[in-house]
Amino acid sequence: MRLINQKPSHSKALVLGLMPFLLIVLMYVFASNARLHENEDDKLLPSFSHMVDTMEKSALSPSKRSGEVIFINDTLSSLKRLGIGVVISALMGLIISIPLGLIPLVRAGLSPFIAAFSMVPPIAILPILFIIFGMGEVAKVALIVIGVTPLIVRDLQHRVEEFSKEQLIKAQTLGASTWTLVIRIILPQMLPRLLDSVRLTLGTAWIFLISSEAIAATEGLGYRIFLVRRYLAMDMILPYVIWITLLAFLADFLLKKFTCKFFPWYENKDKA
Amino acid sequence: MNAFFSPTLKLLVAATLAMSIGASTLAAEVKDKFQVAWTIYVGWMPWDYAEQSGIIDKWAKKYGIEIKMVQVNDYVESINQYTAGKFDGCVMTNMDALTIPAAGGVDSTAVIIGDFSNGNDGIILKDKKKLSDIKGQNVNLVELSVSHYLLARGLESVGMSEKDVKVVNTSDADIVAAFSSKDVTSLVTWNPQLSEIKAMKGATLAFDSSKIPGEIIDMLVLNTKTMQDNPKLAKALTGAWYEVMAQMKKGDAQAISMMAKASGTDVAGFNSQLKTTKMFYDAKDALAFSTSAALPATMQKVSEFSFEHGILGDGAKDATFVGMSFPNGKAYGSASNIKLRFSDEYMKLASEGKL
Repeated sequence: MRLINQKPSHSKALVLGLMPFLLIVLMYVFASNARLHENEDDKLLPSFSHMVDTMEKSALSPSKRSGEVIFINDTLSSLKRLGIGVVISALMGLIISIPLGLIPLVRAGLSPFIAAFSMVPPIAILPILFIIFGMGEVAKVALIVIGVTPLIVRDLQHRVEEFSKEQLIKAQTLGASTWTLVIRIILPQMLPRLLDSVRLTLGTAWIFLISSEAIAATEGLGYRIFLVRRYLAMDMILPYVIWITLLAFLADFLLKKFTCKFFPWYENKDKA
Repeated sequence: MNAFFSPTLKLLVAATLAMSIGASTLAAEVKDKFQVAWTIYVGWMPWDYAEQSGIIDKWAKKYGIEIKMVQVNDYVESINQYTAGKFDGCVMTNMDALTIPAAGGVDSTAVIIGDFSNGNDGIILKDKKKLSDIKGQNVNLVELSVSHYLLARGLESVGMSEKDVKVVNTSDADIVAAFSSKDVTSLVTWNPQLSEIKAMKGATLAFDSSKIPGEIIDMLVLNTKTMQDNPKLAKALTGAWYEVMAQMKKGDAQAISMMAKASGTDVAGFNSQLKTTKMFYDAKDALAFSTSAALPATMQKVSEFSFEHGILGDGAKDATFVGMSFPNGKAYGSASNIKLRFSDEYMKLASEGKL
C-alpha cells in the first residue's frame, strides 16, 4: 500500500501524537541530568522534582508579606488583561470590518489606512503609548488591542468580501436596506468567523500581554517570568511556560467547542 | 509498530540530542580559545576598545591563546549565558555576580575590579525635592537589580524601608519613556538613562550612588575552574585592561572617542558618564580597594539584601548561604559553599609590572 493511503488506527494515532511530547521530555531529562551531574546547583535545566518544589514553596503557598498566593494572583491578573483586551479587539474588529468589507465607499476610504496601520509594530512606538495610556492596566490592555485589532479587522474584512453575492442580491430583491442586510444577513454569519479569527490571533494577544507585563508591572505571568529571569530561575520559568501553553491551548479548545455548539451550521459547512 | 519507533533508536536519538545540549557546559580543561561577554556600560567600554584596537589580540598572542570579546545586547542575558556555561567570562556588578552565577552554583572569580558607581545610579523624583517625599509612591525600577539595592539603601538613609513604597518592575529599556507618563512619579535607574531623565522637566535627583561609594562595583568575572586551569587567560585580560587604563588616564583622545561612539554617545556625553564612575586607572588603586575591609562589609550588605529578596536560591536558610572569599584570607558565609571569589592575584601582577 502506498504511504499516503496508510491510515493509523485510533490507538496508533494516539501513540504517534504523544511521541513528540515524550521525546521532548526525554531529551530534557537527559540534558538536565547531564548538567546536574556537573553542577548540582545548575539553574538552566533543573530537574522536574526541583521545579515542583520551587513552585510549591514560592508560587503556590501564600506569600509571607501579603498572604497572597502569587501563582493564582499572576494567573488571574494576566487572564483579566488578556480577556478584556481580546473582547475589546473582537468587538472593534466586528464593528470596523463589516462596513469595510460591505460598503465600497468605506472600503475606498479606510482600507489602505488599515492595511498600513496593521503593519506598525506597536512595541516600537511604546514611548508614545506610555504618554497616551499611562503605565497602568489601561496601557497593558491597550497594547493588546492595538496589536490584535488590525489583524482581526483585516481577516474579517476578507470574510465579508467573500460573502456570497447571491444571498445579498436575493435579500435586496426582497426589499432589504443596507442596515437590514448587515443585521440580518452579514452579522449572524460573521459571528463564527469572528470566533475563528480570535482563535488565530490569540497567540499574538499572548505575546503582547507578556511584553506589556515585561515592561512595567507588579504582577502577572509575564511579570513573574521576566522578574525571575534576572537570576536565571528556570525552575520557576519552565512551569510558568507550561502553564501559559496550557491556558492558551484551553482557550483555543473552548472557543472551538463554543463555535461548534452555537454555530453548528458553520462547522458543517466547512466540512462539506 | 513501525521499526522506526523502536525503543532503542528512540533512546539513541534522544541521547544524542541531549548530549548536544547538556555537554555544552564548560568542561574545564586547558584550552586556547576563550570567549568573554561584555555589554554596553561606561565602565565596560574599555573592553570594546581593547578588542577594536587590537590590544586584546596583542596580549592574547603574548600568552599564546585566542580571546574573543562578544558583545551581548541584553545585560542580564549575558550573565545568564555565562552562568549556563556559554562564556568563559563576563562583565557584571558585584550583586549580580553573587545572585546569578554564584547562587547558581557556578564558582566564579572577580579578577579585575574596574570601577565603582559614583553617581551612575540614582533615585529620581518628579515634582518633589527630598528623598523622604518618596513615601507611599510607586517606584519604577528594574526589580532585584542594583537599582533595587540602591533604593533599599536610600530608604534606609532616611529611616524608611521598602514597605513605605511600592516597587513596580520596569524594563530599563523603557524607563526613559516611562518617566513622561503621568503614572510615574519616582524611579531608580542607571546611566545613560539616568542623565537623560535628570535633564527632563520636573526631575530631581534625590539620591545617588555617590552617597554609598564603593557598594556598586563593576568587575570582570571568570569561571573559577577555567581560570585555574588557564591562568594565561586571566593574565592576558588583565594585561590588556591596564594597557587601556593607562591610555585613558593620559586622556588619549582616540581611545575616548572610540569608546564614546561605541556606546552611542559623543565625547562630552561619555566624559560626563566617566565623571560619575570611579575608574581604577591604576592597578594599585584597584588592589587597595579589593584588599580593603570595606569590600567584605559591602558584600555582606549585598548578601543580606539578596537573601531578604529571596534571590540566593531555594536552599538558602540565611544570608551566609553562598560563601565568598576575599584577598588576604578573609571570607564571608559558608566556607563549604564558596562560590564567589575576589582575587587580587592578577591586579597585583599588573601593579608590579609582571604581566
